[in-house]
Amino acid sequence: MTARMQAALLPGGRLHLNDGPIDLIISADGEAVEVALALAAARGRFADILDELCAELPLLRAPVAAPPSGVIALRMWAATRPHAARGFITPMAAVAGAVAEEVLAAMTGAARLERAAVNNGGDIALHLAPGTSYRIGLIDRPDKPSLLGSAVIASTSAVRGIATSGWRGRSFSLGIADAVTVLARTASEADATATIIANAVDLPGHPAIIRVRADSIKPDSDLRHRLVTCGVGPLTPREIATALAGGFAVAQDLRRAGLIIDCALHLAGETRVPAQTELLEAVA
Amino acid sequence: MTATDQPATDKIRCDACPVLCYIRDGQTGACDRYANRGGALVRTDPHVLLERTIRDGRDVVSFHDSGKDWDGRVVAGSGTFVTAIGAGTTYPDYKPAPFIVSSEVDGMDMVTVVTEGIFSYCGVKVKIDTDRHLGPECAPVRAGGEQVGHVTTTEYGSQMLSLGGVRHLTGGSKKEGRVTCETLLALCNGQSAELTVDGGAVMTISAGQAPVINGAAEERMRVGCGSATIGMFAKQWIAHVDEVVVVDDHITGVLSEHQAGKFLGVRDTGIKMKGHRSTPGRYFKVAHPGAGWGGTDLTDPLAILKPFDAKEAWPGLRMLMVSTTGEHHAYFELDERLTPIEMQLPPALAQSVERIKENCEPALTTVLFMGGAGGSLRAGVTENPVLLTKSVKQALTRVTAGGAPVYVWPGGGITFMVDVTRLPANAFGYVPTPALVAPIEFTLPKADYEALGGHMGQIKSLAEVARSSEARREPQVGDNPWPLDRGKAGRP
Repeated sequence: MTARMQAALLPGGRLHLNDGPIDLIISADGEAVEVALALAAARGRFADILDELCAELPLLRAPVAAPPSGVIALRMWAATRPHAARGFITPMAAVAGAVAEEVLAAMTGAARLERAAVNNGGDIALHLAPGTSYRIGLIDRPDKPSLLGSAVIASTSAVRGIATSGWRGRSFSLGIADAVTVLARTASEADATATIIANAVDLPGHPAIIRVRADSIKPDSDLRHRLVTCGVGPLTPREIATALAGGFAVAQDLRRAGLIIDCALHLAGETRVPAQTELLEAVA
Repeated sequence: MTATDQPATDKIRCDACPVLCYIRDGQTGACDRYANRGGALVRTDPHVLLERTIRDGRDVVSFHDSGKDWDGRVVAGSGTFVTAIGAGTTYPDYKPAPFIVSSEVDGMDMVTVVTEGIFSYCGVKVKIDTDRHLGPECAPVRAGGEQVGHVTTTEYGSQMLSLGGVRHLTGGSKKEGRVTCETLLALCNGQSAELTVDGGAVMTISAGQAPVINGAAEERMRVGCGSATIGMFAKQWIAHVDEVVVVDDHITGVLSEHQAGKFLGVRDTGIKMKGHRSTPGRYFKVAHPGAGWGGTDLTDPLAILKPFDAKEAWPGLRMLMVSTTGEHHAYFELDERLTPIEMQLPPALAQSVERIKENCEPALTTVLFMGGAGGSLRAGVTENPVLLTKSVKQALTRVTAGGAPVYVWPGGGITFMVDVTRLPANAFGYVPTPALVAPIEFTLPKADYEALGGHMGQIKSLAEVARSSEARREPQVGDNPWPLDRGKAGRP
């Protein structure tokens, strides 16, 4: 028998919370008492998140339809619903971002904080009091993190959520992007849109791409029989450009619809960002 | 290219958390912590074997890599002790405990019955070395808004919390039980807990660490109450000062009235204290509890003094006011109208204030796990559980928790306490009931075990256990006595 939920204070006053597949790194700045209250609230809220989600897991793993009942499930549903018309999506596409958002909400509801960040495996919810900012590092391959750029998120910006998706990450992807990083109004919106854009970076039928049924690896994956990427062989510069263009078109649509604020797409060492990007600086 | 479908029969269901993943052979679940290996659910944290290592040497045995086969290392009989950590449970315990291990100690067959007990009746007693007021006695203590325990009686220099217990674990809402369990687990495994007390403090505590109270790390515990401090330091003061007031939330001491002052011939100073006089020179309730001087709410120490008696006091009278930790201090001299005027602390007195600080021990949070071994757990050990209880009471059977010594509470049942820092890392676990899982081992001579109605057919040799289980080897913690030593008690 082993501990289910784990909580530990990390150097720098950060709090690490883990329960089943959920893994959070939380940081908060403010007066010491307020930070203590916020971390206590985070832990308290975290205690039954997994139970809450699992109570309606079958609904959350099915294509977006009727609204679920849990608060986090509703965040997931609201973040994925705008994309249902585009194709297959389940609320699970926003689970990481929605959990981060909910824990952040519990913290800011319990204490006055200068800044706070809840990082759920790369899907991050931010709190910024007026006059504060966060500097965010960008990586292109989640399995081999190396900094390739950074973004400054100031309190004046509308960005409060950041997410990265790609086939090398912890979740399955239908596309071949190494990483798609999205800045959005909320972490759940960022999570859902990063998934959608990463799926759209693709070269259907390409012989160098290895795909397997999602349920052949994880029998209860919400992607079921759909083919997920598990290997990408050498691609020509032209193929890379074509794949990135596919994802980029979707990203521009989402930008116009106000569902994302900024993004960066990475594939095989190439990067695409929107022309008038303000937030992603120094992207190689 | 597309991988072909795999047969559906190679997957198992993991019940470690409510996600209840189906996991295929060779794959992990959503958490990457549980895996399917050849149809068996395996986890990444293996069974712990304590190894006796040379105390002062560097001969610390590294973890046995659970991913590899046993390396063939010979396990010396009495040098290895199988703990219950990771042994697994058989709740409800109709079956014998998971590991009944024989090892030879000094030519005598010893049996260690090892099981991870599920404790619904359990909790922790937390001792927090601080004079700061954490909250009124009986006040609810909360984690994440849920009540997980209460403030209990204050001890000498320390505040005490009683957390957990069956009422919070299973008697309240599902969330209350869950949060209580997580809090106990965190504290037992040496992790931190953030707690709030109704009408009191916010604190972050973890076993063996200094408590953080209202955002400030506590450094020292008081040397004694105000009266005791007078007794300890009176002799060092009398040459340099006419009056000393040691401010304390419990008993505030006044040198000139105190027995110690009288004994040393200290002259009356005409000082008039507020609060209730207990015996000469000792005052209760000079202020309210708080985060100020000596655990009171005082920020201005003069607030506890009434005007000096003009018949006895004199202009130029020198007075030191100091808290029981030396953390707060101020030096005054009376002016012509007998009003105390704050002055620079003279060097000799500064030294005595330092001395008070020096004598205050580092403030720590200490956590004792307390739980009761239920009938079914005992049945896993012998066919006649009451005989085990009797054998433990008569000290014929040694009880340990993860190899650490325990205190078995007198009276009925096997209710024990153990300092959580004396167990190997992450020794405690959890079941969704919710209840805590704690390791418990019973060690006794094989002949005695047979006499108790032990499950003799289930006994394995130590070598067998070491070979068959995925064991993690760890040195015995700190100065814990070796569980298999026959030691001073004469029996194990």
